[in-house]
Amino acid sequence: MPHISLSNLTIAYGNHQVLQDITVDIPDGQITAIIGPSGCGKTTLLKTLNRLVDLYEEIRVEGEVRIDGVNIYDPKPDLLALRKKVGFLSQKPYPLPMSIHDNITFGPRIHRMNRKELLDQIRELEKHIPIDSLCPNGRQKGTRFRKNPEMDYLVEYYLRLAGLWDEVQERLHDPATQLSIGQQQRLALARALAVEPEVILADEPTSALDPISAQLIEKQFKILKNHYTIVVVTHILRQARRIADYVIFLYLGELVEHGPAKQFFNSPRDERTCAYISGEIS
Amino acid sequence: MKPRKLEESVFKVLMIASITLVFSVLAGIIIVIVVRGASSLNLSMLIQTPEGGYYLGKGGGIANAIVGSLYLAFGASLISFLLGLPIAFALQKEYLSPRLAHVTRLSLDILWGTPSIVYGAFGFIIMVYLGLRASLLGGIITLSLLMLPIMTRSIEEVIRMTPSELKEISYALGTTRIETTIKVVLRQALPGIVTGILLAFGRGIGDTASILFTAGYTDYIPRSLFDPVASLPLAVFFQVATPIPEVQNRAYASALILLVIVLLISLGSRLLSGRCSRHIVK
Repeated sequence: MPHISLSNLTIAYGNHQVLQDITVDIPDGQITAIIGPSGCGKTTLLKTLNRLVDLYEEIRVEGEVRIDGVNIYDPKPDLLALRKKVGFLSQKPYPLPMSIHDNITFGPRIHRMNRKELLDQIRELEKHIPIDSLCPNGRQKGTRFRKNPEMDYLVEYYLRLAGLWDEVQERLHDPATQLSIGQQQRLALARALAVEPEVILADEPTSALDPISAQLIEKQFKILKNHYTIVVVTHILRQARRIADYVIFLYLGELVEHGPAKQFFNSPRDERTCAYISGEIS
Repeated sequence: MKPRKLEESVFKVLMIASITLVFSVLAGIIIVIVVRGASSLNLSMLIQTPEGGYYLGKGGGIANAIVGSLYLAFGASLISFLLGLPIAFALQKEYLSPRLAHVTRLSLDILWGTPSIVYGAFGFIIMVYLGLRASLLGGIITLSLLMLPIMTRSIEEVIRMTPSELKEISYALGTTRIETTIKVVLRQALPGIVTGILLAFGRGIGDTASILFTAGYTDYIPRSLFDPVASLPLAVFFQVATPIPEVQNRAYASALILLVIVLLISLGSRLLSGRCSRHIVK
């Protein structure tokens, strides 16, 4: 059964309907790209999956979004548990107003995870992605572990998982705002991962970044997809071609076509998809 | 000259003229106070209580007023901060409906514009009702009412400047509203909050009318909250109103002390808010 499944999802801001009758299953353990031109509801669709749309005034959501079989739009949802399970990367990275180290530990602290839970979380993850596989240059076992070795190890692990450790290990207690914007986005990734989600939502995560930083993010996504379900909104068609396993194409609030990436790009069925891929419409 | 260039020049002259005016007023006040007050300013002015009663003597100092003013201003700052911060938090859109928030802001603005003598009269009525006589406590309560709208509105303005994306990031990590408010918004707004406290403090320590009936008068330093308390603005007021030139000069010396206190607090809070702003997300 798929992790995330949407049925007859309709969303409106006031009288303006943004998404109409979306029904689609998002496959597990793959990168799904939501593509389409600006203003066609991609971001809204993404933010429905962790109920961030709740923050907007006058929003109406009809239909169902099931994650692990639970309709997250049931009247009494456990929002905090949902958002723990579903991580989020925004378009422009925003470091929290604290140090690099505290940005990573923010989530685990909020969810009041104790040392044992922290250790269990990392051990479980290490079965799939061992820390040594993240250290191309070998790992130095330093004298860093002091007061809270579990938390320190967690910080190192997730920073490595996001591909940022080597650049920041000497200045973990500096303000996160001192990082470059590309580094900030990888910090945001590490911060989201530290809550140990099963799904990662990313809203045009590379659109504010330079090409090299963008490439780094894409590279980390490819490493992560074996263990997480990743949903990426992008309006860069070439990016979708590079990283997506599955593609959802939205046009003016309508779900036009969806399918495995190969099939979607090589033999699209809908005229609008053909036109969009060939660049006739944007 | 061409009209557009002329327009540019006219506004440039206007800006320079206005800024010059600000500096001249400040310089003028300082010069007058220093010239007339410097002769009376000496150590005993700072560390002794008045001789001759009611400030009308030529001997002794105004230590009772210095200490009294600091007690009043710090006490009232603390109370209005404790009351103002929750109001400022509540004015965010996550808590209050926009309409109720609008009404609250309007009420605070009206309170801000209310003359301080009205606060004095109001405070006096309350004290009579409670059976309280003019005292440090009465002064602190009245002064904190006067400072509350200033404190709340200025704190609320900086809180409102927190990027909504930053809050979104925090919510996406699974925080509750109050966790986001305290752990993210408060940190982000900290330098602005320090400025807000300073603004209210400056207004409070210099205010005369609200404490005229409520704080009372004494030649001594108060030993408890229920003792009457002297204050610098009232010291200036009484001294400047006497026909004796030496005592009038002592009024200017008192004003100079008040000014220096405000300056020191101002510099201190600048330093503090500079240190807090290292982590601020721009």
